[in-house]
Amino acid sequence: MPEGLLNNLYIFVLAMFTGFEVITKVPPLLHTPLMSGSNAISGISVIGALVITAAAAGESTLILVLGVIAVAMGMINVVGGFLVTDRMLQMFKKKETPGQTAKP
Amino acid sequence: MSFFTLANLSYLVAAALFIFGLKRLQSPTTARSGNVMAAAGMALAIIVTLLETDFANWQLILVGAIIGALIGGVSAQAVQMTAMPQMVGIFNGFGGGASALVAISEFMRLLSPQLTMSNDSGVSIILGTLIGGVTFSGSMVAFAKLQGLMTGAPITWPLQKSLNSALLLAVLALGSYVVFFDQGNLTVFYVIIGLALVLGVTSVIPIGGADMPVVISLLNSYSGLAAAAAGFVVDNRVLIIAGSLVGASGLILTNIMCVGMNRSLANVLFGAVGTADVGAGGSVGAGAAAGTVRDVSAEEAGMILAYANSVIFVPGYGMAVAQAQHAVRELADVLKGRGVRVSYAIHPVAGRMPGHMNVLLAEANVPYDELFDMDDINDDFKNTTVAVVIGANDVVNPAARHDTTSPLYGMPILNVDESEHIIVLKRSMRAGFAGVENELFFHPKTMMLFGDAKNSVTKLVSEAKAA
Repeated sequence: MPEGLLNNLYIFVLAMFTGFEVITKVPPLLHTPLMSGSNAISGISVIGALVITAAAAGESTLILVLGVIAVAMGMINVVGGFLVTDRMLQMFKKKETPGQTAKP
Repeated sequence: MSFFTLANLSYLVAAALFIFGLKRLQSPTTARSGNVMAAAGMALAIIVTLLETDFANWQLILVGAIIGALIGGVSAQAVQMTAMPQMVGIFNGFGGGASALVAISEFMRLLSPQLTMSNDSGVSIILGTLIGGVTFSGSMVAFAKLQGLMTGAPITWPLQKSLNSALLLAVLALGSYVVFFDQGNLTVFYVIIGLALVLGVTSVIPIGGADMPVVISLLNSYSGLAAAAAGFVVDNRVLIIAGSLVGASGLILTNIMCVGMNRSLANVLFGAVGTADVGAGGSVGAGAAAGTVRDVSAEEAGMILAYANSVIFVPGYGMAVAQAQHAVRELADVLKGRGVRVSYAIHPVAGRMPGHMNVLLAEANVPYDELFDMDDINDDFKNTTVAVVIGANDVVNPAARHDTTSPLYGMPILNVDESEHIIVLKRSMRAGFAGVENELFFHPKTMMLFGDAKNSVTKLVSEAKAA
Protein backbone atom coordinates (compact mmCIF):
# COMPACT_ATOMS: atom_id res chain seq x y z
CA MET A 1 0.00 0.00 0.00
CA PRO A 2 1.43 3.41 -0.96
CA GLU A 3 2.60 5.51 1.97
CA GLY A 4 0.34 8.46 1.10
CA LEU A 5 -2.76 6.28 1.23
CA LEU A 6 -1.63 4.74 4.50
CA ASN A 7 -1.17 8.19 6.05
CA ASN A 8 -4.59 9.23 4.87
CA LEU A 9 -6.15 6.09 6.36
CA TYR A 10 -4.54 6.90 9.72
CA ILE A 11 -5.97 10.41 9.58
CA PHE A 12 -9.41 9.08 8.62
CA VAL A 13 -9.61 6.62 11.48
CA LEU A 14 -8.24 9.00 14.10
CA ALA A 15 -10.59 11.77 12.98
CA MET A 16 -13.53 9.36 13.26
CA PHE A 17 -12.55 8.63 16.88
CA THR A 18 -12.19 12.35 17.58
CA GLY A 19 -15.63 12.90 16.09
CA PHE A 20 -17.17 10.20 18.28
CA GLU A 21 -15.57 11.66 21.41
CA VAL A 22 -16.58 15.25 20.73
CA ILE A 23 -20.07 14.64 19.42
CA THR A 24 -21.24 12.03 21.94
CA LYS A 25 -21.33 14.86 24.49
CA VAL A 26 -23.66 17.08 22.48
CA PRO A 27 -27.03 17.13 24.33
CA PRO A 28 -30.26 16.10 22.51
CA LEU A 29 -31.40 19.71 22.94
CA LEU A 30 -28.93 20.71 20.23
CA HIS A 31 -29.20 17.71 17.93
CA THR A 32 -30.87 19.63 15.10
CA PRO A 33 -28.25 22.42 15.05
CA LEU A 34 -25.56 19.72 15.37
CA MET A 35 -26.97 18.06 12.33
CA SER A 36 -27.21 21.20 10.21
CA GLY A 37 -23.84 22.47 11.44
CA SER A 38 -22.03 19.22 10.75
CA ASN A 39 -23.87 19.16 7.46
CA ALA A 40 -22.31 22.51 6.60
CA ILE A 41 -18.90 21.06 7.49
CA SER A 42 -19.47 18.19 5.08
CA GLY A 43 -19.70 20.89 2.43
CA ILE A 44 -15.89 20.82 2.70
CA SER A 45 -16.05 18.86 -0.55
CA VAL A 46 -16.25 22.32 -2.11
CA ILE A 47 -12.45 22.31 -1.64
CA GLY A 48 -12.21 19.24 -3.82
CA ALA A 49 -14.49 20.92 -6.34
CA LEU A 50 -12.23 24.00 -6.41
CA VAL A 51 -9.13 21.87 -6.97
CA ILE A 52 -10.79 19.91 -9.77
CA THR A 53 -12.18 22.98 -11.52
CA ALA A 54 -8.88 24.86 -11.28
CA ALA A 55 -6.90 21.89 -12.60
CA ALA A 56 -9.27 21.48 -15.55
CA ALA A 57 -7.69 24.42 -17.35
CA GLY A 58 -7.48 23.70 -21.07
CA GLU A 59 -8.95 20.25 -20.66
CA SER A 60 -12.33 18.86 -21.49
CA THR A 61 -15.27 21.20 -21.06
CA LEU A 62 -17.19 18.38 -19.39
CA ILE A 63 -14.84 18.44 -16.40
CA LEU A 64 -15.15 22.22 -16.16
CA VAL A 65 -18.94 22.00 -16.19
CA LEU A 66 -19.01 19.21 -13.61
CA GLY A 67 -16.52 21.14 -11.48
CA VAL A 68 -18.57 24.32 -11.52
CA ILE A 69 -21.74 22.40 -10.64
CA ALA A 70 -19.84 20.78 -7.78
CA VAL A 71 -18.64 24.19 -6.56
CA ALA A 72 -22.23 25.48 -6.63
CA MET A 73 -23.59 22.43 -4.77
CA GLY A 74 -20.83 22.61 -2.19
CA MET A 75 -21.45 26.32 -1.63
CA ILE A 76 -25.20 25.75 -1.16
CA ASN A 77 -24.28 23.23 1.51
CA VAL A 78 -21.67 25.46 3.20
CA VAL A 79 -23.41 28.84 3.13
CA GLY A 80 -26.92 27.50 3.70
CA GLY A 81 -25.77 25.11 6.42
CA PHE A 82 -23.85 27.61 8.53
CA LEU A 83 -26.48 30.36 8.16
CA VAL A 84 -29.42 28.16 9.07
CA THR A 85 -27.50 26.77 12.04
CA ASP A 86 -26.80 30.28 13.26
CA ARG A 87 -30.45 31.19 12.82
CA MET A 88 -31.46 28.24 14.97
CA LEU A 89 -28.84 28.70 17.66
CA GLN A 90 -29.71 32.32 18.29
CA MET A 91 -33.22 31.17 19.27
CA PHE A 92 -31.99 29.04 22.16
CA LYS A 93 -32.35 31.24 25.22
CA LYS A 94 -32.17 30.63 28.91
CA LYS A 95 -34.95 31.71 31.23
CA GLU A 96 -34.60 35.38 32.16
CA THR A 97 -35.77 35.24 35.76
CA PRO A 98 -35.29 32.07 37.75
CA GLY A 99 -38.72 31.22 39.09
CA GLN A 100 -41.63 28.88 39.30
CA THR A 101 -40.90 26.91 36.17
CA ALA A 102 -38.58 24.06 35.35
CA LYS A 103 -37.84 20.86 37.08
CA PRO A 104 -38.49 20.25 40.74
CA MET B 1 8.68 27.75 4.25
CA SER B 2 7.23 26.74 0.91
CA PHE B 3 3.71 27.75 0.02
CA PHE B 4 2.76 24.09 -0.04
CA THR B 5 3.73 23.73 3.62
CA LEU B 6 1.97 26.94 4.54
CA ALA B 7 -1.19 25.80 2.78
CA ASN B 8 -1.13 22.48 4.59
CA LEU B 9 -0.62 24.17 7.94
CA SER B 10 -3.62 26.37 7.19
CA TYR B 11 -5.68 23.26 6.45
CA LEU B 12 -4.59 21.92 9.82
CA VAL B 13 -5.82 25.11 11.47
CA ALA B 14 -9.13 24.75 9.61
CA ALA B 15 -9.48 21.15 10.82
CA ALA B 16 -8.79 22.27 14.41
CA LEU B 17 -11.43 24.98 14.06
CA PHE B 18 -13.97 22.35 12.97
CA ILE B 19 -13.22 20.23 16.02
CA PHE B 20 -13.34 23.20 18.42
CA GLY B 21 -16.54 24.38 16.76
CA LEU B 22 -18.23 21.01 17.22
CA LYS B 23 -16.99 20.83 20.78
CA ARG B 24 -18.66 24.14 21.58
CA LEU B 25 -21.97 22.63 20.49
CA GLN B 26 -21.92 20.74 23.77
CA SER B 27 -23.63 23.66 25.49
CA PRO B 28 -26.29 26.07 24.24
CA THR B 29 -24.33 29.00 25.70
CA THR B 30 -21.26 28.34 23.54
CA ALA B 31 -22.93 26.71 20.54
CA ARG B 32 -23.40 29.84 18.46
CA SER B 33 -19.75 30.83 18.69
CA GLY B 34 -18.85 27.22 17.85
CA ASN B 35 -20.79 27.45 14.63
CA VAL B 36 -18.96 30.69 13.79
CA MET B 37 -15.62 28.98 14.45
CA ALA B 38 -16.47 26.14 12.12
CA ALA B 39 -17.56 28.64 9.47
CA ALA B 40 -14.26 30.49 9.91
CA GLY B 41 -12.41 27.20 9.40
CA MET B 42 -14.34 26.66 6.20
CA ALA B 43 -13.58 30.18 4.95
CA LEU B 44 -9.89 29.68 5.69
CA ALA B 45 -9.81 26.37 3.84
CA ILE B 46 -11.54 27.89 0.81
CA ILE B 47 -9.20 30.91 0.65
CA VAL B 48 -6.10 28.76 0.97
CA THR B 49 -7.31 26.47 -1.81
CA LEU B 50 -7.94 29.41 -4.10
CA LEU B 51 -4.41 30.72 -3.42
CA GLU B 52 -2.93 27.26 -3.87
CA THR B 53 -4.55 26.86 -7.28
CA ASP B 54 -3.41 30.34 -8.35
CA PHE B 55 -7.00 31.38 -8.96
CA ALA B 56 -7.06 29.31 -12.14
CA ASN B 57 -10.46 29.46 -13.84
CA TRP B 58 -11.53 31.93 -11.21
CA GLN B 59 -14.30 33.43 -13.36
CA LEU B 60 -16.07 30.08 -13.66
CA ILE B 61 -15.47 29.26 -10.01
CA LEU B 62 -16.84 32.63 -8.99
CA VAL B 63 -20.01 32.05 -11.00
CA GLY B 64 -20.55 28.63 -9.38
CA ALA B 65 -19.75 29.95 -5.93
CA ILE B 66 -22.10 32.93 -6.21
CA ILE B 67 -24.97 30.81 -7.50
CA GLY B 68 -24.45 28.30 -4.68
CA ALA B 69 -24.05 30.94 -1.98
CA LEU B 70 -27.19 32.75 -3.13
CA ILE B 71 -29.33 29.61 -3.21
CA GLY B 72 -27.97 28.48 0.17
CA GLY B 73 -28.20 31.88 1.80
CA VAL B 74 -31.70 32.70 0.63
CA SER B 75 -33.15 29.32 1.54
CA ALA B 76 -31.46 29.42 4.96
CA GLN B 77 -33.22 32.71 5.70
CA ALA B 78 -36.55 31.74 4.20
CA VAL B 79 -37.05 28.24 5.60
CA GLN B 80 -39.61 27.76 8.35
CA MET B 81 -38.41 25.98 11.46
CA THR B 82 -41.05 23.28 10.96
CA ALA B 83 -39.49 22.56 7.57
CA MET B 84 -36.00 22.09 9.00
CA PRO B 85 -35.88 18.31 8.42
CA GLN B 86 -36.35 18.60 4.66
CA MET B 87 -33.96 21.56 4.57
CA VAL B 88 -31.20 19.54 6.22
CA GLY B 89 -32.14 16.65 3.96
CA ILE B 90 -31.67 18.58 0.74
CA PHE B 91 -28.46 20.27 1.95
CA ASN B 92 -27.11 16.81 2.71
CA GLY B 93 -27.93 15.83 -0.82
CA PHE B 94 -26.02 18.75 -2.30
CA GLY B 95 -22.97 17.93 -0.16
CA GLY B 96 -23.10 14.33 -1.33
CA GLY B 97 -23.62 15.45 -4.90
CA ALA B 98 -20.59 17.74 -4.75
CA SER B 99 -18.44 14.88 -3.42
CA ALA B 100 -19.66 12.52 -6.13
CA LEU B 101 -18.92 15.10 -8.82
CA VAL B 102 -15.39 15.56 -7.46
CA ALA B 103 -14.79 11.82 -7.78
CA ILE B 104 -16.40 11.69 -11.23
CA SER B 105 -14.39 14.63 -12.56
CA GLU B 106 -11.17 13.13 -11.25
CA PHE B 107 -11.95 9.89 -13.08
CA MET B 108 -12.40 11.85 -16.29
CA ARG B 109 -9.24 13.88 -15.74
CA LEU B 110 -7.23 10.68 -15.32
CA LEU B 111 -8.53 9.44 -18.69
CA SER B 112 -6.17 11.79 -20.47
CA PRO B 113 -3.32 9.85 -22.14
CA GLN B 114 -0.50 11.50 -20.14
CA LEU B 115 -1.97 10.37 -16.83
CA THR B 116 -2.52 6.99 -15.28
CA MET B 117 -4.93 6.01 -12.58
CA SER B 118 -3.26 4.29 -9.66
CA ASN B 119 -5.17 1.47 -8.00
CA ASP B 120 -5.73 3.37 -4.77
CA SER B 121 -7.02 6.52 -6.43
CA GLY B 122 -9.24 4.29 -8.56
CA VAL B 123 -10.73 2.67 -5.46
CA SER B 124 -11.25 6.07 -3.82
CA ILE B 125 -12.98 7.34 -6.95
CA ILE B 126 -15.39 4.41 -7.04
CA LEU B 127 -16.20 4.73 -3.31
CA GLY B 128 -16.63 8.50 -3.62
CA THR B 129 -18.97 8.07 -6.58
CA LEU B 130 -20.96 5.37 -4.81
CA ILE B 131 -21.38 7.08 -1.43
CA GLY B 132 -21.84 10.53 -2.93
CA GLY B 133 -24.35 9.28 -5.49
CA VAL B 134 -26.39 7.37 -2.89
CA THR B 135 -26.35 10.42 -0.59
CA PHE B 136 -27.52 12.67 -3.40
CA SER B 137 -30.44 10.65 -4.74
CA GLY B 138 -31.40 9.28 -1.30
CA SER B 139 -31.55 12.80 0.12
CA MET B 140 -33.69 13.99 -2.76
CA VAL B 141 -36.20 11.22 -2.03
CA ALA B 142 -36.13 12.04 1.69
CA PHE B 143 -36.72 15.69 0.82
CA ALA B 144 -39.63 14.82 -1.47
CA LYS B 145 -41.21 12.69 1.26
CA LEU B 146 -40.81 15.29 4.01
CA GLN B 147 -41.96 18.13 1.77
CA GLY B 148 -45.05 16.15 0.83
CA LEU B 149 -44.09 16.01 -2.86
CA MET B 150 -44.59 12.25 -2.67
CA THR B 151 -46.30 9.95 -0.21
CA GLY B 152 -44.60 9.68 3.15
CA ALA B 153 -45.81 6.11 3.47
CA PRO B 154 -43.33 3.33 2.74
CA ILE B 155 -43.32 2.16 -0.88
CA THR B 156 -42.46 -1.50 -0.94
CA TRP B 157 -42.14 -4.27 -3.48
CA PRO B 158 -41.06 -7.89 -3.38
CA LEU B 159 -37.35 -8.72 -3.16
CA GLN B 160 -36.54 -5.17 -2.09
CA LYS B 161 -33.60 -6.17 0.07
CA SER B 162 -32.24 -8.49 -2.62
CA LEU B 163 -32.48 -5.73 -5.21
CA ASN B 164 -30.58 -3.28 -3.01
CA SER B 165 -27.89 -5.85 -2.23
CA ALA B 166 -27.63 -6.69 -5.92
CA LEU B 167 -27.23 -3.02 -6.84
CA LEU B 168 -24.50 -2.57 -4.25
CA LEU B 169 -22.66 -5.67 -5.38
CA ALA B 170 -22.99 -4.61 -9.02
CA VAL B 171 -21.42 -1.23 -8.26
CA LEU B 172 -18.53 -2.84 -6.39
CA ALA B 173 -17.98 -5.47 -9.10
CA LEU B 174 -18.10 -2.97 -11.97
CA GLY B 175 -15.93 -0.64 -9.90
CA SER B 176 -13.24 -3.30 -9.49
CA TYR B 177 -13.50 -3.95 -13.22
CA VAL B 178 -12.78 -0.33 -14.26
CA VAL B 179 -10.02 0.03 -11.67
CA PHE B 180 -8.15 -3.26 -12.01
CA PHE B 181 -9.02 -4.78 -15.39
CA ASP B 182 -10.22 -2.30 -17.97
CA GLN B 183 -8.85 0.93 -16.63
CA GLY B 184 -10.84 3.99 -17.54
CA ASN B 185 -13.72 2.29 -19.36
CA LEU B 186 -16.03 5.28 -19.46
CA THR B 187 -19.20 3.39 -20.42
CA VAL B 188 -18.90 1.09 -17.43
CA PHE B 189 -18.20 4.11 -15.23
CA TYR B 190 -21.43 5.77 -16.41
CA VAL B 191 -23.30 2.60 -15.50
CA ILE B 192 -21.73 2.78 -12.03
CA ILE B 193 -22.96 6.37 -11.57
CA GLY B 194 -26.45 5.36 -12.69
CA LEU B 195 -26.60 2.35 -10.37
CA ALA B 196 -25.40 4.42 -7.39
CA LEU B 197 -28.19 6.93 -8.00
CA VAL B 198 -30.79 4.16 -8.32
CA LEU B 199 -29.52 2.57 -5.11
CA GLY B 200 -30.05 5.85 -3.23
CA VAL B 201 -33.67 5.96 -4.38
CA THR B 202 -34.47 2.31 -3.70
CA SER B 203 -32.91 2.49 -0.23
CA VAL B 204 -34.93 5.48 0.98
CA ILE B 205 -38.25 4.95 -0.78
CA PRO B 206 -39.38 2.04 1.46
CA ILE B 207 -38.88 4.07 4.64
CA GLY B 208 -41.92 5.72 6.23
CA GLY B 209 -42.42 9.20 7.66
CA ALA B 210 -41.79 8.64 11.35
CA ASP B 211 -38.60 6.70 10.61
CA MET B 212 -37.24 9.81 8.89
CA PRO B 213 -35.10 10.85 11.89
CA VAL B 214 -33.03 7.72 11.30
CA VAL B 215 -32.76 8.24 7.56
CA ILE B 216 -31.84 11.90 7.84
CA SER B 217 -29.15 11.05 10.40
CA LEU B 218 -27.82 8.24 8.25
CA LEU B 219 -27.71 10.42 5.14
CA ASN B 220 -25.92 13.05 7.21
CA SER B 221 -23.32 10.45 8.03
CA TYR B 222 -23.05 9.40 4.37
CA SER B 223 -22.52 12.98 3.26
CA GLY B 224 -19.55 13.15 5.64
CA LEU B 225 -18.15 9.85 4.45
CA ALA B 226 -18.60 10.99 0.85
CA ALA B 227 -16.57 14.13 1.61
CA ALA B 228 -13.88 11.96 3.23
CA ALA B 229 -13.82 9.76 0.14
CA ALA B 230 -13.45 12.89 -2.01
CA GLY B 231 -10.52 13.77 0.27
CA PHE B 232 -8.85 10.47 -0.62
CA VAL B 233 -9.54 11.19 -4.29
CA VAL B 234 -7.87 14.61 -4.38
CA ASP B 235 -5.42 13.66 -1.59
CA ASN B 236 -6.47 16.49 0.71
CA ARG B 237 -6.40 15.91 4.44
CA VAL B 238 -8.81 18.62 5.52
CA LEU B 239 -11.50 16.88 3.49
CA ILE B 240 -10.70 13.59 5.16
CA ILE B 241 -10.79 15.07 8.66
CA ALA B 242 -13.93 17.17 8.19
CA GLY B 243 -15.67 14.33 6.38
CA SER B 244 -14.97 11.77 9.05
CA LEU B 245 -16.08 14.15 11.84
CA VAL B 246 -19.43 14.46 10.11
CA GLY B 247 -19.52 10.75 9.38
CA ALA B 248 -19.05 10.03 13.08
CA SER B 249 -21.66 12.61 14.06
CA GLY B 250 -24.26 11.11 11.75
CA LEU B 251 -23.55 7.60 13.01
CA ILE B 252 -23.99 8.68 16.63
CA LEU B 253 -27.32 10.36 15.86
CA THR B 254 -28.46 7.35 13.84
CA ASN B 255 -27.72 5.12 16.79
CA ILE B 256 -29.54 7.41 19.25
CA MET B 257 -32.60 7.42 17.00
CA CYS B 258 -32.59 3.63 16.70
CA VAL B 259 -32.30 3.23 20.48
CA GLY B 260 -35.16 5.72 20.88
CA MET B 261 -37.35 3.40 18.84
CA ASN B 262 -35.89 0.18 20.20
CA ARG B 263 -35.24 -0.98 16.67
CA SER B 264 -32.15 -2.08 14.85
CA LEU B 265 -30.89 -0.06 11.93
CA ALA B 266 -31.65 -3.00 9.64
CA ASN B 267 -35.24 -3.05 10.89
CA VAL B 268 -35.68 0.65 10.18
CA LEU B 269 -34.11 0.39 6.72
CA PHE B 270 -35.93 -2.74 5.62
CA GLY B 271 -38.83 -3.11 8.08
CA ALA B 272 -41.18 -0.67 6.27
CA VAL B 273 -43.13 -0.05 9.47
CA GLY B 274 -46.33 1.87 8.95
CA THR B 275 -47.73 0.01 5.96
CA ALA B 276 -51.49 0.04 5.70
CA ASP B 277 -51.67 -3.67 6.50
CA VAL B 278 -50.18 -3.30 9.94
CA GLY B 279 -52.79 -0.73 10.91
CA ALA B 280 -55.70 -2.60 9.44
CA GLY B 281 -54.86 -6.12 10.48
CA GLY B 282 -52.77 -5.69 13.57
CA SER B 283 -54.25 -3.81 16.41
CA VAL B 284 -57.28 -1.76 15.53
CA GLY B 285 -59.52 -4.52 16.83
CA ALA B 286 -57.62 -4.69 20.09
CA GLY B 287 -57.96 -0.92 20.50
CA ALA B 288 -61.69 -0.90 19.94
CA ALA B 289 -62.10 -3.50 22.65
CA ALA B 290 -60.01 -1.51 25.11
CA GLY B 291 -62.75 0.83 26.25
CA THR B 292 -64.41 4.12 25.64
CA VAL B 293 -62.91 7.47 24.90
CA ARG B 294 -63.71 10.41 27.13
CA ASP B 295 -64.14 13.81 25.48
CA VAL B 296 -63.40 17.02 27.27
CA SER B 297 -64.45 20.56 26.46
CA ALA B 298 -61.90 23.37 26.22
CA GLU B 299 -63.61 25.03 29.20
CA GLU B 300 -63.13 22.05 31.46
CA ALA B 301 -59.59 21.38 30.25
CA GLY B 302 -58.65 25.03 30.71
CA MET B 303 -60.01 24.91 34.25
CA ILE B 304 -58.03 21.78 35.11
CA LEU B 305 -54.85 23.36 33.79
CA ALA B 306 -55.42 26.67 35.55
CA TYR B 307 -55.78 25.00 38.95
CA ALA B 308 -52.96 22.50 38.51
CA ASN B 309 -49.76 22.52 40.54
CA SER B 310 -47.62 21.33 37.70
CA VAL B 311 -48.06 20.72 34.00
CA ILE B 312 -45.84 18.84 31.57
CA PHE B 313 -46.31 19.42 27.85
CA VAL B 314 -45.49 16.49 25.57
CA PRO B 315 -45.08 17.75 22.00
CA GLY B 316 -44.98 15.57 18.91
CA TYR B 317 -44.97 15.90 15.16
CA GLY B 318 -48.63 17.00 15.26
CA MET B 319 -47.56 20.20 17.01
CA ALA B 320 -45.17 20.94 14.15
CA VAL B 321 -47.82 20.24 11.52
CA ALA B 322 -50.32 22.55 13.23
CA GLN B 323 -47.60 25.19 13.89
CA ALA B 324 -48.92 25.25 17.45
CA GLN B 325 -45.61 25.96 19.22
CA HIS B 326 -46.28 29.69 19.73
CA ALA B 327 -49.75 29.04 21.14
CA VAL B 328 -48.27 26.43 23.47
CA ARG B 329 -45.76 28.91 24.83
CA GLU B 330 -48.55 31.44 25.34
CA LEU B 331 -50.52 28.86 27.31
CA ALA B 332 -47.41 28.11 29.37
CA ASP B 333 -47.00 31.82 30.12
CA VAL B 334 -50.58 32.12 31.33
CA LEU B 335 -50.17 29.06 33.53
CA LYS B 336 -46.84 30.25 34.92
CA GLY B 337 -48.52 33.57 35.72
CA ARG B 338 -50.93 31.61 37.89
CA GLY B 339 -48.11 29.85 39.70
CA VAL B 340 -48.25 26.56 37.82
CA ARG B 341 -44.93 24.78 37.30
CA VAL B 342 -44.47 24.14 33.57
CA SER B 343 -41.99 21.92 31.78
CA TYR B 344 -41.73 20.10 28.47
CA ALA B 345 -40.90 16.43 27.91
CA ILE B 346 -39.07 15.67 24.67
CA HIS B 347 -38.85 12.12 23.36
CA PRO B 348 -35.70 11.42 21.31
CA VAL B 349 -37.68 10.53 18.18
CA ALA B 350 -40.45 13.11 18.49
CA GLY B 351 -40.74 14.90 15.15
CA ARG B 352 -38.99 14.17 11.91
CA MET B 353 -35.35 14.71 12.86
CA PRO B 354 -33.20 14.58 16.01
CA GLY B 355 -33.94 17.59 18.21
CA HIS B 356 -36.82 18.81 16.00
CA MET B 357 -39.14 19.69 18.93
CA ASN B 358 -36.41 21.58 20.78
CA VAL B 359 -35.83 23.88 17.82
CA LEU B 360 -39.55 24.57 17.37
CA LEU B 361 -40.04 25.42 21.03
CA ALA B 362 -36.90 27.55 21.08
CA GLU B 363 -38.32 29.40 18.09
CA ALA B 364 -41.43 30.10 20.16
CA ASN B 365 -39.19 31.58 22.88
CA VAL B 366 -39.50 28.70 25.30
CA PRO B 367 -36.38 28.91 27.49
CA TYR B 368 -34.27 25.81 26.95
CA ASP B 369 -34.03 25.06 30.66
CA GLU B 370 -37.73 24.12 30.57
CA LEU B 371 -37.06 21.44 27.93
CA PHE B 372 -36.23 18.02 29.32
CA ASP B 373 -35.05 14.83 27.66
CA MET B 374 -37.01 11.68 28.31
CA ASP B 375 -34.61 10.22 30.86
CA ASP B 376 -34.48 13.44 32.86
CA ILE B 377 -38.21 13.92 33.20
CA ASN B 378 -39.74 10.46 33.16
CA ASP B 379 -39.70 10.15 36.95
CA ASP B 380 -41.53 13.46 37.35
CA PHE B 381 -44.79 12.45 35.69
CA LYS B 382 -46.01 10.69 38.83
CA ASN B 383 -45.83 13.99 40.74
CA THR B 384 -47.45 15.98 37.98
CA THR B 385 -51.03 17.25 37.98
CA VAL B 386 -51.59 17.31 34.23
CA ALA B 387 -49.70 15.94 31.27
CA VAL B 388 -50.75 17.61 28.03
CA VAL B 389 -50.00 15.55 24.93
CA ILE B 390 -49.91 17.73 21.82
CA GLY B 391 -49.73 15.82 18.57
CA ALA B 392 -47.61 13.00 19.99
CA ASN B 393 -48.81 9.44 19.74
CA ASP B 394 -46.58 6.38 19.60
CA VAL B 395 -44.03 7.86 22.03
CA VAL B 396 -46.66 7.92 24.82
CA ASN B 397 -48.33 4.57 24.14
CA PRO B 398 -48.15 2.42 27.30
CA ALA B 399 -48.53 -0.70 25.15
CA ALA B 400 -44.80 -0.33 24.46
CA ARG B 401 -44.23 -1.44 28.08
CA HIS B 402 -46.36 -4.53 28.37
CA ASP B 403 -48.00 -5.61 25.11
CA THR B 404 -45.58 -8.09 23.58
CA THR B 405 -47.70 -8.29 20.44
CA SER B 406 -47.45 -4.55 19.75
CA PRO B 407 -44.97 -3.40 17.11
CA LEU B 408 -44.00 -0.71 19.60
CA TYR B 409 -43.15 -3.23 22.33
CA GLY B 410 -39.85 -2.38 24.02
CA MET B 411 -39.67 1.18 22.76
CA PRO B 412 -38.83 3.60 25.59
CA ILE B 413 -41.82 5.89 26.17
CA LEU B 414 -42.72 8.95 28.19
CA ASN B 415 -44.58 7.92 31.37
CA VAL B 416 -47.49 10.20 30.65
CA ASP B 417 -49.96 7.70 32.13
CA GLU B 418 -48.44 8.16 35.59
CA SER B 419 -49.59 11.75 35.95
CA GLU B 420 -52.79 12.62 37.77
CA HIS B 421 -54.69 13.84 34.69
CA ILE B 422 -53.93 13.40 31.02
CA ILE B 423 -55.20 15.75 28.33
CA VAL B 424 -54.59 14.61 24.78
CA LEU B 425 -54.94 17.14 21.96
CA LYS B 426 -55.66 15.29 18.79
CA ARG B 427 -57.23 15.94 15.43
CA SER B 428 -59.19 12.67 15.30
CA MET B 429 -59.01 9.11 16.56
CA ARG B 430 -56.73 8.08 13.72
CA ALA B 431 -53.98 5.65 14.73
CA GLY B 432 -50.40 6.86 15.04
CA PHE B 433 -47.70 6.50 12.45
CA ALA B 434 -46.96 2.91 13.34
CA GLY B 435 -50.61 2.16 12.59
CA VAL B 436 -51.07 1.11 16.20
CA GLU B 437 -54.07 2.05 18.31
CA ASN B 438 -52.95 3.98 21.39
CA GLU B 439 -54.28 2.56 24.64
CA LEU B 440 -53.45 5.83 26.40
CA PHE B 441 -56.51 7.34 24.67
CA PHE B 442 -58.76 4.76 26.37
CA HIS B 443 -57.15 5.20 29.78
CA PRO B 444 -59.64 6.20 32.49
CA LYS B 445 -57.48 9.23 33.38
CA THR B 446 -57.32 10.47 29.80
CA MET B 447 -59.44 13.29 28.43
CA MET B 448 -59.44 13.86 24.69
CA LEU B 449 -59.67 17.38 23.31
CA PHE B 450 -60.37 16.94 19.61
CA GLY B 451 -59.52 19.49 16.95
CA ASP B 452 -56.62 21.26 15.30
CA ALA B 453 -53.82 21.53 17.86
CA LYS B 454 -53.32 25.25 17.35
CA ASN B 455 -57.04 26.05 17.69
CA SER B 456 -57.36 23.86 20.76
CA VAL B 457 -54.37 25.42 22.48
CA THR B 458 -55.59 28.93 21.66
CA LYS B 459 -58.97 28.06 23.23
CA LEU B 460 -57.18 26.68 26.28
CA VAL B 461 -55.29 29.97 26.62
CA SER B 462 -58.50 32.00 26.86
CA GLU B 463 -60.18 29.47 29.15
CA ALA B 464 -57.18 29.38 31.47
CA LYS B 465 -57.05 33.17 31.53
CA ALA B 466 -60.74 33.33 32.43
CA ALA B 467 -60.53 30.65 35.10
